Amino acid sequence: MPVLWLLLILLVLAIAGYLLGRNRALASAGGDIRGLHSLPSYYGTNVVVLTLVPALAILGLWLLVQPMVVDARVSSLLPDTAISDSSTRGLVMSDVRRVANGLDEAVAQGAMTRDQAASIRTEFTDVRDRLGKVGVALGSDVGPQVLRAAQSYRALAATGKLLMTVAVLAAALGGFALALLRTDAEFRARNAVEVAIRYILIFAATVAILTTIGIVLSLIFNTIEFFRLYPATDFFFGTTWSPSFGGGSQLGILPLLWGTFYISLIALAVAVPIGLFAAIYLSEYATPHFRAFAKPMLEVLAGIPTIVYGLFALLTVGPLLMKVFGSGSLGWMQAGTAVMTAGLVMGIMLIPFVSSLSDDIINAVPQAMRDGSLGLGATRSETVKQVVLPAALPGIVGAILLAASRAIGETMIVVLGAGAAAKLSLNPFDAMTTVTAKIVSQLTGDADFASPEALVAFALGMTLFVITLGLNVFALYIVRKYREQYE
Amino acid sequence: MTDTALSSAPSAPRKGGSLLELDARTKRRNAAEARFRIYGLAAIGVGLFFLVALLYAIVTNGVGAFQQTSFELRIDLRQEVLDPEGNGKIEDIQQVKTFAYAPLIRQALLDEIAKHDIDTPLSEAKVTGFSSPLDKLFSSGAVGNLRDRVLADPSLIGQTIDMRVLASSRVDGYMKGRVSRESIARDKNLDAVHLDLVDALIADGVVTKSFNLAFITGPDASDARPEQAGMGVSMLGSFFMMLVVLFLSLPIGVAASIYLEEFAPQNRFTDLIEVNISNLAAVPSIVFGILGLAVFIQFVHLPQSAPLVGGLVLTLMTLPTIIISTRASLKSVPPSIRDAALGVGASKMQAVFHHVLPLAMPGILTGTIIGLAQALGETAPLLLIGMVGYIASNYPDGIAAGFLAPNSAMPAQIYEWAKRADPAFYERAWGGIIILLVFLMTMNIIAILLRRRFERRW
Repeated sequence: MPVLWLLLILLVLAIAGYLLGRNRALASAGGDIRGLHSLPSYYGTNVVVLTLVPALAILGLWLLVQPMVVDARVSSLLPDTAISDSSTRGLVMSDVRRVANGLDEAVAQGAMTRDQAASIRTEFTDVRDRLGKVGVALGSDVGPQVLRAAQSYRALAATGKLLMTVAVLAAALGGFALALLRTDAEFRARNAVEVAIRYILIFAATVAILTTIGIVLSLIFNTIEFFRLYPATDFFFGTTWSPSFGGGSQLGILPLLWGTFYISLIALAVAVPIGLFAAIYLSEYATPHFRAFAKPMLEVLAGIPTIVYGLFALLTVGPLLMKVFGSGSLGWMQAGTAVMTAGLVMGIMLIPFVSSLSDDIINAVPQAMRDGSLGLGATRSETVKQVVLPAALPGIVGAILLAASRAIGETMIVVLGAGAAAKLSLNPFDAMTTVTAKIVSQLTGDADFASPEALVAFALGMTLFVITLGLNVFALYIVRKYREQYE
Repeated sequence: MTDTALSSAPSAPRKGGSLLELDARTKRRNAAEARFRIYGLAAIGVGLFFLVALLYAIVTNGVGAFQQTSFELRIDLRQEVLDPEGNGKIEDIQQVKTFAYAPLIRQALLDEIAKHDIDTPLSEAKVTGFSSPLDKLFSSGAVGNLRDRVLADPSLIGQTIDMRVLASSRVDGYMKGRVSRESIARDKNLDAVHLDLVDALIADGVVTKSFNLAFITGPDASDARPEQAGMGVSMLGSFFMMLVVLFLSLPIGVAASIYLEEFAPQNRFTDLIEVNISNLAAVPSIVFGILGLAVFIQFVHLPQSAPLVGGLVLTLMTLPTIIISTRASLKSVPPSIRDAALGVGASKMQAVFHHVLPLAMPGILTGTIIGLAQALGETAPLLLIGMVGYIASNYPDGIAAGFLAPNSAMPAQIYEWAKRADPAFYERAWGGIIILLVFLMTMNIIAILLRRRFERRW
């Protein structure tokens, strides 16, 4: 565990630096704290910052970049002949990595010496057998080129690790020395430390941007890869979804979009009336006492994990609906998993979402508007219907859009409750499937990530991301615009 | 009261009318008012009904998982079977496979049948051999348990020990009412003869239900042994994930909030960060799963199914929640605190870190706990980074393995059970949900208590 050791060394260095810096500063002022520019602890912290920050930055970057560089170097070493027709460079590279890890494991367990691991040849040793003995199972026999590549992979990785250790320690010691050299009574340690902290804060704030960039990049690259293998028009306008990992799959998104849309519609048909009426009652009629009880109770529904709703749909609501609409009585339903099951349960989940958002918005309508309406002789319900709701309407529409985006992105309820068949049907008691459910099923198999059947999940994810992002941006725009009206 | 009394008074329609009497239009309006009110109440009622129904379903279906049926047997650990060499060496005892232990359990059951004088065709069943009809009563893991116990304490050999032998999931289901005589008619795992015997053994107190600690602390079991499946290992997986989330999202979230709330100038860059945070809060969780798969597993080559990867993905998911709540609590610290600190010569950084941050801490911790609770229940991203589809049967050995070795997590384990074919696993899934909800409830109660105890109103 060299990285862990490296971290420990850095930690020790930092603690030593803190004490040394502090004492050096005090000593340079003759032990009199009044002679210092900053408090002694700032001098210590300054050493810590200069020791740790550059070293950790190098460590993090190196760990991120090294696998890419090594991969590229080794991949360029692999001759085209090493890649058989049925395989791709990526697959061979994952073989190479597996063999390299196996050799590492064998060395760690003492089954091979370091030199043996670097010099064995497939011509003389059965590598698969040797690695199998230390618990590394390989799918196929190891070819000479793969083994050679794995060995150079290990060599490169080892060199890289050594260079990394040297670089990190050099940076840490350099910073340590520099900071200590600069430490004297005149040095403005507090200002230096505060500038450093400020940059750390800015870096933390940019994590949000980095996450978004990460999401967009991981979606875009794989989506482009997918469209190279599968025509985009067939994806967006195809009406059949029948993936088969053997090839010849039809990957049309329309049935999935229809399932998503249908389930969300039913969910909103449940959640919007209930949530809206609950919000109106809570903000316009309820006594403070009742409100203090009912509002948190409704919000408990929002705190329950979606896996619970999924199980509730699969094992409770589904069988219940089967009893009413199933083959025994009305015969509309074939199985417990259906659009209706998922939609109903998702509706329950969204009730608190709609009600608390609408509650906030209704409460934001100025009391003067209600007073004016009541003063003219309107009843409370007339006031709500003719004054409060129209005033709150944009906000409520925003809330409903946010709920819709939630419904579209919801995964667990549809994975467990909606079924797996991709169908274009109008019957709400049919099993259908959604974009999210198919992302899960395409990416949890044992498929390799190079086939269109797996890559389609990224295109589905991209579609989902764009739709929900659009809905959110639109909803937030509406809500914000409305808020400004009364503030 | 007076309204209804007045409206019910008989009145002839008069021109002009009395102010004290309601005309038809007013009555209609009042009725509409009452109706509207009832709609509101009904909506809240429906919402609360759903909550109650959900909790009722969870509790009634899940309580069974916390009880397990077992046979209380006296097992004679005969030396000639378990230690044929007779020298008590552990290596020799380890040579004896589970195959040799099965007859001991069968014999113990036959002894019990003879002792209580139970009339059953199974009393003639053969004891030795590869399989016996008696085996259908026991969990297939029961023999392994016995062997583990002997290997842990070889001095037991030659003695007669009392042991609770785990019943098979069918017998367990019969005890809990999940399996009936009709349902086993098509089930080759158990016959009516077995149930007759179980009935007799229940009457004699040999078959009992007891608290199932193994469900809470034990590892998951394979498809064939639902009676042995437990949450223990996946709980550890969740624990390590939460450690990652806590140690990454709290510092990063607080640092980001401090920057945005206290230092950030009003410019494009700040706006960009703000827009990103509010959008990330609404990105579907499954998209974070895709991010984790593509960046952490495909790109950085972190190990699949590792709690570290799960923790990283959940960190990115929780950050917006923590940032939003932290900013709210920083905002609620009145500016006079900052002004006073600056007034006595503190730098801006000192004012924030020495005065504002400590005062905002209760709010920040509350937000963090709520964010953690959210992350604990999240399932969808974990499906994509490979935390399902395999059996979490090994406890991680050591801290590093806890972060890097493949593991499951509580919600992923529940999903895994819900996906398995045997309905005996459904009970486990509901039971798992009870455990998960107890954790969530505890976290939320801690958050509420923290807020009540430490929050200051300015």
